[in-house]
Amino acid sequence: MGSLNAEHQLFQQNPVTWSWEQVYLCSSRILEIIAFDELKTDYKNPIDQCNTLNPTVEKVKKIKRVKIALKLVLPEYLIHAFFCVMFLCAAEWLTLGLNMPLLAYHIWRYMSRPVMSGPGLYDPTTIMNADILAYCQKEGWCKLAFYLLSFFYYLYGMIYVLVSS
Amino acid sequence: MAQPARPPAGYSSQNGAGQQPYSNGPVQNQLMHSSDGQGYSPSVPGSYSHQTLVKVPPHQSSGQYNYSGSQNVSQLNNYQGPGQTFNRPPVAPFSGSPVQQPGPVPQVLLPALQNSAAVSSAGNFPPGASPPVLSNWQYSQTPVSQPVGSQTSRLAHVAGTGSAQPPSSLSGNTNPPGSYRYAASPGGPPLQNSFMKPGSAPPPVTQPLTPLHPPARPPLGPPPVGGPPLIRPSTLIAGPPNTQSLLNSAANRDGDATSAASDGSVVQNSYDAIEGGGLMATPHPSSAPPNPKMNRSVGYSYPTLPPGYQNTSPGAPGMQGSALQYPDGSKHFHQPALGTNHLTASMSSLSLQQEGLRPVNLLQERNILPTTLLKAPVPNLHEDIQKLNCNPELFRCTLTNIPQTQALLNKAKLPLGLLLHPFKDLSQLPVVTSSTIVRCRSCRTYINPFVSFLDQRRWKCNLCYRVNDVPEEFMYNPVTRVYGEPHKRPEVQNATIEFMAPSEYMLRPPQPPVYLFVFDVSHNAIETGYLNTVCQTLLDNLDLLPGNTRTKIGFITFDSTIHFYSLQEGLSQPQMLIVSDIEDVFIPMPENLLVNLNENKELIQDLLKTLPQMFTKSLETQSALGPALQAAFKLMSPTGGRISVFQTQLPSVGMGALKSREEPNQRASAKDIHLTPSTDFYKKLALDCSGQQVAVDLFLLSGQYSDLASLGCISRYSAGSVYYYQSYHHNHNPVQVEKLQKELKRYLTRKIGFEAVMRIRCTKGLSIHTFHGNFFVRSTDLLSLPNVNPDAGYAVQMSVEESLTDMQVVSFQSALLYTSSKGERRIRVHTMCLPVVTTLSDVYLGADVQAITGLLANMAVDRSVSATLSDARDALVNAVIDSLSAYRSSVLSIQQPGLMAPYSLRLFPLYVLALLKQKAFQTGTNTRLDERIFTMCQVKNQPLVYLMLMTHPSLYRVDNLTDEGALNINDRTIPQPPILQLSVEKLSRDGAYLMDAGSVMFLWIGKNCGQSFISQVLGVPNYGSIPQNMTHLPELETAESIRTIAFISWLREQRPFFPILYIIKDDSPLKSSFLQNMIEDRTESALSYYEFLLHIQQQVNK
Repeated sequence: MGSLNAEHQLFQQNPVTWSWEQVYLCSSRILEIIAFDELKTDYKNPIDQCNTLNPTVEKVKKIKRVKIALKLVLPEYLIHAFFCVMFLCAAEWLTLGLNMPLLAYHIWRYMSRPVMSGPGLYDPTTIMNADILAYCQKEGWCKLAFYLLSFFYYLYGMIYVLVSS
Repeated sequence: MAQPARPPAGYSSQNGAGQQPYSNGPVQNQLMHSSDGQGYSPSVPGSYSHQTLVKVPPHQSSGQYNYSGSQNVSQLNNYQGPGQTFNRPPVAPFSGSPVQQPGPVPQVLLPALQNSAAVSSAGNFPPGASPPVLSNWQYSQTPVSQPVGSQTSRLAHVAGTGSAQPPSSLSGNTNPPGSYRYAASPGGPPLQNSFMKPGSAPPPVTQPLTPLHPPARPPLGPPPVGGPPLIRPSTLIAGPPNTQSLLNSAANRDGDATSAASDGSVVQNSYDAIEGGGLMATPHPSSAPPNPKMNRSVGYSYPTLPPGYQNTSPGAPGMQGSALQYPDGSKHFHQPALGTNHLTASMSSLSLQQEGLRPVNLLQERNILPTTLLKAPVPNLHEDIQKLNCNPELFRCTLTNIPQTQALLNKAKLPLGLLLHPFKDLSQLPVVTSSTIVRCRSCRTYINPFVSFLDQRRWKCNLCYRVNDVPEEFMYNPVTRVYGEPHKRPEVQNATIEFMAPSEYMLRPPQPPVYLFVFDVSHNAIETGYLNTVCQTLLDNLDLLPGNTRTKIGFITFDSTIHFYSLQEGLSQPQMLIVSDIEDVFIPMPENLLVNLNENKELIQDLLKTLPQMFTKSLETQSALGPALQAAFKLMSPTGGRISVFQTQLPSVGMGALKSREEPNQRASAKDIHLTPSTDFYKKLALDCSGQQVAVDLFLLSGQYSDLASLGCISRYSAGSVYYYQSYHHNHNPVQVEKLQKELKRYLTRKIGFEAVMRIRCTKGLSIHTFHGNFFVRSTDLLSLPNVNPDAGYAVQMSVEESLTDMQVVSFQSALLYTSSKGERRIRVHTMCLPVVTTLSDVYLGADVQAITGLLANMAVDRSVSATLSDARDALVNAVIDSLSAYRSSVLSIQQPGLMAPYSLRLFPLYVLALLKQKAFQTGTNTRLDERIFTMCQVKNQPLVYLMLMTHPSLYRVDNLTDEGALNINDRTIPQPPILQLSVEKLSRDGAYLMDAGSVMFLWIGKNCGQSFISQVLGVPNYGSIPQNMTHLPELETAESIRTIAFISWLREQRPFFPILYIIKDDSPLKSSFLQNMIEDRTESALSYYEFLLHIQQQVNK
């Protein structure tokens, strides 16, 4: 658990932020899963849905619903990338190694997104395609599992370091 | 958007319906009243023929009226509502039906008699209504208690005459004239104008019952007359002869409306109350004593009817049903159970199956192409059900035997899906007007021929299996005018039906038809000269644009700036407004840019005449299509409607500017071609349009690359259509000019539906996977179609989500809700029923090879856009290989050499090869990118019939046409030459061949073609003098010429677009496109049919 020592230093800097961000990742995933489920069960219009999930640069017109931080995708990617950079700085090779595949996936995913002028990932015209919807849902669940596991792993690391110091 | 989820409304609407009609009762009364002045007998025959078809025996109408009287008054509305629609001339779907069901005299008499009893007593129950009603009878001043006596006497009278005398005697009775009078009342037309067809030409047929609906319909807007208050004036018109009674009745109606509001619900619920005397008892205790008596008398009178009556129809028991008899009667009421029928059907069609199961060795049987056009396979259902099934041209499934589980479907390796042509022009379409549209309470399915009636009062949904109640008004059959036959209603007898939708189906008042034309007037566009053609065609068809008095029209032109045209009333000539700020487009004076077509026709004609000359000196080469579209969208968004865009080049300035992406040298490499849009500007704009119920149709007339892949998005997601005229030029390419003219004419005059949505429902267990076509998918089963046109087809991929165990049949239903150009909200419903099978061989047996090919083509377009073209091509080939090897390994017991295919799929390899050679999917350098993408658009948007012609054209030899086996249509003899295989081997130098490729036709003349054909059909002396660009056959007086022209025009008439005929010789430049369609032959980059089969065999036997 050598890596945990280094992590210790990091967490000591601002442990609250760390767990906060991890919680954000998990919750954003949950929200995204819920969003796709809403879509599948006919609850929401795909244009609205994609507007919620994609960050829109221009003014979002009529969407009164939850303008809160539901622009999920990009913040998630950025936070995860930020994690990776911090792990790199802290020379947390094991943790970094665990996160690299997801980082690579995120980059690939964003590169192969549909043609779009603004940032975003989901295209309202194709999202209702059963294959794509199923894929997005599955992706959501897998990521949720990954974030949850890593959350507990980081928590464990933090407590371990706190206890051992 | 439009079909509001209305779980509560399911019942509340029923109640509501109960109330409205209730309030209407007196209207009827009052009309009866007003008839007094004119006397009965003269009005009877004349007015009658007005309302109903002549064939209908007069007594039916009396039956109708009386009948409704006897039910509580609520019946009346709904019965006559539909009846009235059937009689409408433009629709006239049931012209034959009253005759088909020649309700034997007694049958009709029965209601009459029953009613005459009831009507007289009906005078008692609505407190306000009684005096006028009574006054209408002979014994006009009868006190309240009196009717009993008169009633019974009447009963005796009618019962006596009923069996012995023909209905004419009945019409001499007092009450029928009431209904006649009613029907003929001049109040009909004005009312109709206000509600049904605002401002349209006075309908020839009165729709007297329209006034009964007003509470349900909000005023439609512009028409000067609208809304409930109107009823009164019109009724006044109805009865000039008797002012006194009119006043009475007006008062009545009011009184009644309130009474309906207060106690309508109480009255109408129970069957007992309606059928027996309960109704009269409830509101009016004072009349209680008569009731038992009446009940008895009614019950008594039935058996006196001739025995023949009882046997006439299964509905008879129901009809007899007084409150007591009812439960018994209901048991007779089963619709034939689908399951057993299905079994017997499969037994009976066993021999047919044998033929279908016969495997075909494709390598050995050369001549598998049928000589006539391939018909859709008939689902293996009992003929009673099959006869009700939806027309395959409208609704078709790739597998007419649905596999029971997804595993079985996967094993068959065939795609499961539907191909729809929901808005096809139909010559016969039953239209139903009814205040309640009967739908399943849980899944909202419309009642259809494949539901089962558990008894007279309950039906079981065939999609979700919920048991629903039959609403009261559904018990009456407007076609036969018989009560108690819900299973004979038109809704239950027709798989394709149209409903007039009440106000629950509107989110806003129906929009007026709005047409906006956006013209490119840059230098390049003027050069092509298209503006002349378009303006002239538009000018010619201005009066034929579908619409009504509310129709609005507007024009925008653009080059690097945007020009609006103010057509304000009072202007002597159109005023042009130029907006040069294309970064932030605004609309100058929005109110005068879209103007009423009828009120400003001269100004519009003026504009259309001057428009082509206005820009002739323009040197502006830039094109600001994006800003122009934004402006058009802004202009249209308050109303919705149709934008027609004419574009001739790549948009170059402002939002949505595009760059040329085509590199001719790289066409060959299938890798780098740009099938995906380069910007999402057009897609986003299309989605905005879709949200505001605006559709954009794109006419691309361009010689250069114009990036249709990006531009096409504007139509694709707003449910528009795309037209492409390659290298359009008014001088250099006259053929395209004619094509544009003909297609534009069709485009302008065809039917159009606005603010439409289409929902597709299917039996529980099946689910929708993907949609194909031009639309925006709003939710898993809902398509948003801002405009819907009769030339658009849709495809749907399905999957089996839960296994369909214990199901004999499954059903699919598509419901298209739209606003017609007349401002009516309508729902067109198609329902299809298919059997479920459990074995693989049955699945193959029911495969519909054309539908499979169509669906595969749609899937391949998606694949080539999302992946690459070569991926799509591989997927197509693999589809054949997989299905044939699955067939070989799982169905065939004996492994024979060769390539075995089930009989139903014998054409599958041929069709897939044809797809591979089609412009959309072919490799090689000779397809321009725009052309390829246009073909892909067509694959997505065309109905299956035309798609199949486009993929696999029909080849006929036409130099030796004979009348043998010819069709005879309207005194024209149309020869039917056999279809030949598409191979040069079938062409002989001494013949002439016609190739029909859907949107284009080729007439190939062989070098040694008979002199007689050349001179007598082509009208030229010899082969050498056939002109190079001949596109017309001269109309000569020779038998050969008449035959050939008859045949070609017959082929043309069958489709909505206009196929151009090219006459080609050996040295024509078009010869290559003719030979390109020779699908069975080898081309530079593609296999011949035989080689393709060998390739497949190799893969299958691996």
